[in-house]
Amino acid sequence: MADDRLELPSYLEHTPEVRERIEALRARPVVMSVEGLTREFDANGVRTTALARVSFEVHQREFISVIGPSGCGKSTLIRILAGLDYPTSGVVRLDGLAVQGPGADRGMVFQSYTLFPWLTVKRNVMFGLKMKGIATASAERQALDWLEIVGLTDAADKYPGQLSGGMKQRAAIARALANQPRILLMDEPFGALDAQTRCSMQAHLLKIWDAVDVTVLFITHDLEEAVYLSDRIIVLGANPGRIVEIIDVPVARPRAPDQFLSGHFLATKQRLEELIHGPQMFQSRARTHAA
Amino acid sequence: MEEPVRPRLLAVRQPLSPRANLLVGLLAFAVPLVLWCALSYLPFVWHPLVLVQDPGDTTVAGTYAYLAEGQLVEREVFAARNVELARAKKKLARGERSNPMYVQPPHAVARALYTAFTTAPEGVGDVWFHESLLQSCKVIFWGFFWSALFGLPIGIACGTFSFFSRLFEPFVDFIRYMPAPVFGALAVSIFGLAEEPKIAIIFVGTFFQMVLVVANTTRTIDLSLLQAAQTLGAKNRQLVQHVVIPGILPALYRDVRILIGWAWTYLVVAELIGEKTGLSAFIYQQQRYRHFDNVYAAIVIIGLVGLGVDQLLGFLGRYLFPWESGNLRLVRLARGVKKALPGSMRPAKVA
Repeated sequence: MADDRLELPSYLEHTPEVRERIEALRARPVVMSVEGLTREFDANGVRTTALARVSFEVHQREFISVIGPSGCGKSTLIRILAGLDYPTSGVVRLDGLAVQGPGADRGMVFQSYTLFPWLTVKRNVMFGLKMKGIATASAERQALDWLEIVGLTDAADKYPGQLSGGMKQRAAIARALANQPRILLMDEPFGALDAQTRCSMQAHLLKIWDAVDVTVLFITHDLEEAVYLSDRIIVLGANPGRIVEIIDVPVARPRAPDQFLSGHFLATKQRLEELIHGPQMFQSRARTHAA
Repeated sequence: MEEPVRPRLLAVRQPLSPRANLLVGLLAFAVPLVLWCALSYLPFVWHPLVLVQDPGDTTVAGTYAYLAEGQLVEREVFAARNVELARAKKKLARGERSNPMYVQPPHAVARALYTAFTTAPEGVGDVWFHESLLQSCKVIFWGFFWSALFGLPIGIACGTFSFFSRLFEPFVDFIRYMPAPVFGALAVSIFGLAEEPKIAIIFVGTFFQMVLVVANTTRTIDLSLLQAAQTLGAKNRQLVQHVVIPGILPALYRDVRILIGWAWTYLVVAELIGEKTGLSAFIYQQQRYRHFDNVYAAIVIIGLVGLGVDQLLGFLGRYLFPWESGNLRLVRLARGVKKALPGSMRPAKVA
């Protein structure tokens, strides 16, 4: 039987252009460093390790994704980075300083919609600024600027209940960015959206990331989403949650949906699939084909 | 043409059609009213007594010779008297079937709803009906005011911070099981005979419930909203002020509506301790004079005032929380006022 699978390049093979971009990235200052993060949970005397000695660095203006099978500690990791959970050992540093609890320097976009339902979209975006004590008039101007960036100017005076899922997440992104955080943490922000909205939100996020000076750490379980968006992908394994591999995405920027079918894109996606679902799946298929 | 599918009257968790909604709602009041009319106006329904219109020949001696005109006697007694009279071959007694005094026909109560207000008090020291109504409302208002003044903040603190929850709730839970009326004697000794002990009873009756109810409502706030606020830089006090309180406000409003109902329940108890006051005093006094129509009128008035307050709060609630109801009229009004005010910070919206 003829094997009609495509001949893919290695995901480790970089074009000169991509290599140059990756090297430039590495040369940038480190925004966040995660050092030997371990998180254990004690439930009824049973000790489980959600994260085991996880270490990595995020560079200025990098788009980094974290991907892994369910139960690999993705959510625990981002909650610790946000300061909403605490590591059993290890430390998270932001610009060299150890993180202690949540703060405005790390913005977060959650999978569940977390806009304050009693505030209009504009007031939601102003929330962080008001917490900092910025005067209403100035906060309002800034909020309107951010709403323009995410394309929600017309919805400024609407309540979150009047928005679609995609619009809610755009507003949540604007709200997080309005604080001008050092890093934007995104916990499967498009996970609850339908496929088409997710697609347009991904393109939208890339545009925002392009226009705004911000570093992004993005949690997802969608392999294509990770490849499409990221500079680097951290692959976590389960039991205990640990880093299996960090992949430099060999796809050129700027990204466009037509790259979904490019050799480098598919090679990276295949590698992710191997890492997450195990190589057995591929070997068994190879054997069937050979037979 | 095909008939449109009509929603069934009994469908699990399905809304009624608007027409059915209205009709069934009216039925809720119409059915008891019809039953009441039947009981009052149909002589063959119940009517266990006989109103003596003519005692017949009163010279005939007998066990039941005491029958007099205008007297209400049991049917058996009336029949027995007529047996006595028939044996003596004298004029029989006449009478019509009647209900006891405490069953008043709708028209008498309806009339009393008006005449209760216009009838001058009979005894010395008695008060007009509207005065007693006002007294009751005052006691309710102040009792609930004090209870809310302390109960809401403490409840919110308990629902927000485990520290306050442990500090207050076990004790509040303990007191909650003591019925408010048992504090009556104490309240009178401490506050005297005037309105204060009554306000204190309403306070005791609602405050402890309020702390627990408000604490539980506060705990229903979506944790992810609090976490989102924390990642936006909000600290303790800001979290309470800008997330917890606005987040639970609509639910809190509903709680208050229910708790006001509790206050009405304790009103009657409160008014009967020490010196009787308010509507309860009026009801007792009217019962003493055997003016049962006024008794019913006062009871109906309590119901109407309670229902009225509740409906008013419900009506306001539809405008107060536009993010829940989707009713933006009040918001538009506020925006309009803001724009019309001189020195408005924001310039006219650029098209």
